Amino acid sequence: MNVKRRTLLKGTLATGALGLAAAAGILKPARVLAAEWPKNAFEAKTVDEALKDVYGAGQATQSKDITIKAPIQAENGAVVPISVETKLPNVESIGIMVKENATPLIATVALSNGAAGYFSARMKMAKTSDVNVYVKSGGKLYSATQQIKVTVGGCGG
Amino acid sequence: MARLTKIKTRAKNGATEVLVLVNHPMETGQRVDPKTKQKIPAHFIQKMTIELNGKPVAVADLGVAISKDPLVGVMINGAKAGDKVKASWTDNKGESGNAETSV
Repeated sequence: MNVKRRTLLKGTLATGALGLAAAAGILKPARVLAAEWPKNAFEAKTVDEALKDVYGAGQATQSKDITIKAPIQAENGAVVPISVETKLPNVESIGIMVKENATPLIATVALSNGAAGYFSARMKMAKTSDVNVYVKSGGKLYSATQQIKVTVGGCGG
Repeated sequence: MARLTKIKTRAKNGATEVLVLVNHPMETGQRVDPKTKQKIPAHFIQKMTIELNGKPVAVADLGVAISKDPLVGVMINGAKAGDKVKASWTDNKGESGNAETSV
């Protein structure tokens, strides 16, 4: 047990050092910890920053062709089911962001080879928040928003 | 430590829905261990790839805000009975797992 804790602590320290190096601009953080996993985007503190990191765009067009299926009121913020469905053609990517979470980006999924415009998952929400869904289709970015009320937060604890 | 990865498919509105369930803690790195007062290090799945007959259909980047024991679903158009569907994932500590099934 103790040995395990040591390793874990060491792991945390190493990450901390990397974080510092990244902050100083020495390393490109997105490529350090996991190849191709967009670390910057997942650590962004605001929706706008995350959006820029993921899609390189600051603006998205509201679209009625995106359907968000999620509870209006979630009792437990630790497990909020959400599914996104879109009728837009040629969907390349779907991204989900929760505005009020410490790091808004929940997940992105790149779709190809006959995947339909659909993605579902269960997410954590700190508190009542707008949930933004972004769909990239034919090179353009579309979005839809739904508010989800949370009774008990699912982050920290 | 091997983690349980489950995959299943079902027909839905003329397409095939693929559901992947992984037994994983998805620690955010923000929780504090009540006994040691130390932060529990983040431990979460970063990448999940779903393949149809060896071709990637969906590549998901997941963050810490995905719930514990993640259940991820995607839809595939035009998958036929007998087609192979495979899901594989890796987390931030280098653990990985995969599961395969046929439609």
